[in-house]
Amino acid sequence: MSAVIDDHGHADHAHGPAKGLMRWVLTTNHKDIGTLYLWFAFSMFLLGGSFAMVIRAELFQPGLQIVQPEFFNQMTTMHGLVMVFGAVMPAFVGLANWMIPLMVGAPDMALPRMNNFSFWLLPAAFIMLVSTLFTPGGGPNFGWTFYAPLSTTYAPESVTFFIFAIHLMGISSIMGAINVIATILNLRAPGMTLMKMPLFVWTWLITAFLLIAVMPVLAGCVTMMLMDIHFGTSFFSAAGGGDPVLFQHVFWFFGHPEVYIMILPAFGAVSSIIPTFSRKPLFGYTSMVYATASIAFLSFIVWAHHMFVVGIPLVGELFFMYATLLIAVPTGVKVFNWASTMWQGSLTFETPMLFAVAFVILFSIGGFSGLMLAIAPADFQYQDTYFVVAHFHYVLVPGAIFGIFASAYYWMPKWTGHMYDETLGKLHFWLSFIGMNMAFFPMHFVGLAGMPRRIPDYNLQFADFNMVSSIGAFMFGATQIFFLFIVIKTIRGGPPAPAKPWDGAEGLEWSIPSPAPYHTFTTPPEVK
Amino acid sequence: MMRHPHVWMGLLLWSIFSQAQAAWTVNMAPGATEISHAVFDLHMTIFWICVVIGIIVFGAMFWSMILHRRSTGQVAAKFHESTTVEILWTIVPFIILVAMAVPATATLIKMYDASEPDIDIQVTGYQWKWHYKYLGQDVEFFSNLATPADQIHNKEAKGEHYLLEVDKPLVLPIGAKVRFLVTSADVIHSWWVPAFAVKRDAIPGFVNEAWTRVEKPGIYRGQCAELCGKDHGFMPIVVEVKEKADYEKWLGERKAEAAQLKELTSKEWTLDELKERGDKVYHTACVACHQAEGQGLPPMFPALKGSKIATGPIKDHLSIVFHGKPGTAMAAFGKQLSEVDIAAVVTYERNAWGNNKGDMVTPKEVLELKQAESK
Amino acid sequence: MADSISMKKLVTRLLLVVVAMFVFGFALVPIYDVMCKAFGINGKTAGQYEGEQTVDASRQVRVQFLSTNSADMSWDFYPKHDELTANPGAVNEMIFIAHNPTDKPMSAQAVPSIAPSAAAAYFHKTECFCFTQQVLQPGQRIEMPVRFIVDRDMPKEVKHLTLSYTLFDITARHPPVAVNTGG
Repeated sequence: MSAVIDDHGHADHAHGPAKGLMRWVLTTNHKDIGTLYLWFAFSMFLLGGSFAMVIRAELFQPGLQIVQPEFFNQMTTMHGLVMVFGAVMPAFVGLANWMIPLMVGAPDMALPRMNNFSFWLLPAAFIMLVSTLFTPGGGPNFGWTFYAPLSTTYAPESVTFFIFAIHLMGISSIMGAINVIATILNLRAPGMTLMKMPLFVWTWLITAFLLIAVMPVLAGCVTMMLMDIHFGTSFFSAAGGGDPVLFQHVFWFFGHPEVYIMILPAFGAVSSIIPTFSRKPLFGYTSMVYATASIAFLSFIVWAHHMFVVGIPLVGELFFMYATLLIAVPTGVKVFNWASTMWQGSLTFETPMLFAVAFVILFSIGGFSGLMLAIAPADFQYQDTYFVVAHFHYVLVPGAIFGIFASAYYWMPKWTGHMYDETLGKLHFWLSFIGMNMAFFPMHFVGLAGMPRRIPDYNLQFADFNMVSSIGAFMFGATQIFFLFIVIKTIRGGPPAPAKPWDGAEGLEWSIPSPAPYHTFTTPPEVK
Repeated sequence: MMRHPHVWMGLLLWSIFSQAQAAWTVNMAPGATEISHAVFDLHMTIFWICVVIGIIVFGAMFWSMILHRRSTGQVAAKFHESTTVEILWTIVPFIILVAMAVPATATLIKMYDASEPDIDIQVTGYQWKWHYKYLGQDVEFFSNLATPADQIHNKEAKGEHYLLEVDKPLVLPIGAKVRFLVTSADVIHSWWVPAFAVKRDAIPGFVNEAWTRVEKPGIYRGQCAELCGKDHGFMPIVVEVKEKADYEKWLGERKAEAAQLKELTSKEWTLDELKERGDKVYHTACVACHQAEGQGLPPMFPALKGSKIATGPIKDHLSIVFHGKPGTAMAAFGKQLSEVDIAAVVTYERNAWGNNKGDMVTPKEVLELKQAESK
Repeated sequence: MADSISMKKLVTRLLLVVVAMFVFGFALVPIYDVMCKAFGINGKTAGQYEGEQTVDASRQVRVQFLSTNSADMSWDFYPKHDELTANPGAVNEMIFIAHNPTDKPMSAQAVPSIAPSAAAAYFHKTECFCFTQQVLQPGQRIEMPVRFIVDRDMPKEVKHLTLSYTLFDITARHPPVAVNTGG
């Protein structure tokens, strides 16, 4: 099982990883960095999840039992920030690090040292962010969307640390994105034309462009906040001639593409997984690429649909409503393509496929509620209620998170060299599936019945569904510790994985042994 | 009994359904205005369109998941492209979207037409309460959460309108077009009454418009919808919609109150003015017991002329008029007389019939006492 | 590798995009201002009046005045009258009264806003106390005029508009110059 492959005599290159802790601190190897990203993301997933458990525990019953409103607001804020910037985004960067070089036949990422740096910024950022919870004034309590002036004039002292943490995360993401673009554009194996690239590579390429387009805008946004707070400017303060609504425009100019940043790579992964287990090529590859690109383009002109009740003029409302409705077209194309890929295939349901199919169905449900939210007059009723919470958890949990789980199971044999335990994997899927639906489906109901989001206590009419939600959330949360167990078990042993463990799989990553050797494709493979 | 199973079935369903009404509400309510009904219809239309699309797409997926499994011996087909199909499922959804956008646009245009209102109300968000001002009417007040802290902290049973009750609701007449001018004094709030389908952000420094016309009298409840800090979950909105006459009566009372308040706070009362007014008040409210010359009818009704109370510390005097004396015929006039009248009558008693104290209670002091008591 | 030059170029270009987008984030501020002025977003009032100076006697517009104090502002602040009727094209005036009841000098900034927003682009202030900061000495009371013209081009449907001012305490940021009363 020794992973010796020919390294073609780079004298200055070690043949394997360095020993000890310094391997991880100083590594420039894309697989090591991918692993670091994935572990970091998973630990943040558990941390952000534990914040969610606090929220759900408080909402288990009406009345204030466990935490006070101040702390509750910090929990909702931190849950959002940690999940978005700490769990989902780094997980996708981890997958990109591991898989993109393997998929395009590159020896490593294009900028390995920068790769190391962009990872290590993240723990620094999150230690800074999470430590604010222990400061006397408490951590950020203004929601992950941090609307001014609640996040400026009325913010706790810790907001400055929050701003610096966002800056670090932003720099990390931007460097990661540049690396991905450089790798994909410059390091593809001969013959790997753009239109031959696996969709995961395509979606990541588009995601990376979104990242470099909008993360700087977020950086600008928090910089303006910083200046308002400390240097006497008035970008967002009405008193000095600024405008709190401007904040929302700038934030959502970043925020809406950000939503797609969190879902496009999952689209790509699922577009590899469904054909594999359907034993049939992906239906409509070209249209998938164009659909992804149009979603990315449209994401820049729909931001104000988050602001329908802010009081933008009628013409603005109509424009943003129509533009938002348009997104349903390319998204629909994708879903139809996945369904057609399965049609008349030869289907099996290993864990990655279960997660992928659940992804398609549940993400579509999130898409439907998205369509409803796009209707501006109806949004007057949905905005800022639990209906919205249900909507974005349906696109992010079975969307982004299930996409990541599907990818993890799909490529775990390649990473570890062992097959995971299929029974345990399926158990993980079904518990997650049930827990997730129990937690988030009732949120549609309480939202429609009139429960606003971000409240620690509620009227009795919402009590029953909230209890169901909480039980589902606890179930979903506990299940993820079980996932940790499955992963550790797979790393430590299990049936050895062949180079290509899935008979229907396509792609360069399956042409190398499992586990993937420390150095791969030092001579570029030939792609027909 | 089993001869009518459908009856029992019906009863069972009915009981489940009526239960569902209580706590398991799953849908938006149609609301109480033309706009809210329009929004509800839009919501349901789009919901059913989604359901139909869902059934088709998920149906196809489940079809292949059941019939096209490898275990059924299925051999995978090879097709992976069809331009016709791709074009079809780009165009058909587009047409459906246009069909959705048309009624949505119409409703939105109606929602934005706040012109020619009958009543203008300024709604101002504060951390964490709402302030309502009836423009041109000199009526304004704060509306605070009325749920006792003990209910929130689980020390007593929660009421039906837990967290959705206020001390002073906004009152509107039926049938009138009401324009809300929504703004904020601190952070961003959002004024939301689901039954009216009105939700507008209250933004500091800016004024936003919304409107409603409610057709049915009733009490409508809503909440702040934008995170505004610690007690975001504790600043409900209650709107009481009354018949026109009841509304006018209510408004009249509020105006009188406001006028009175203005009188209290704006006017500087002199001792003579208070004495003069107190004379009148005394001779309507007090004279029956304490008699015209303050001599009283001892022992039942003590004299005020030269009495310890009327010549003693002014505070005690005010207190006894305000609170009454339990176990005696002395009533608590704090609830019965206006601040001006109480101040006047106390001042009068201390400066009549040879009680020449020369001091006075101002209406403001009475108001302060009243406010201190009500806390 | 032949790629290394193009790699440098590529990374440089991507970094330029990043810098450009960062700058764009800030550029959104003036862009937004221009959009607001053009479309009356958020009730920002229009600039100089450039229309005809003649009065349109054929129609009248109700102009309502609102005053709101920011939550920490202790001044009395209100318009002399709740509303007036204006003819488009004519110059109108309303007096707002401000009173500093505290024992400290304070500075304040009034921020105007117009509803409905469709009318904001047609509302021109020729003189306004909101153009500058106001400083009031302890106990001082002043009358502050606002003069405005309603555009002749304002859509006919708009018959009713509201001019709202929010008064902010900016003493901390712009300390008033203490007046030496000679005592």
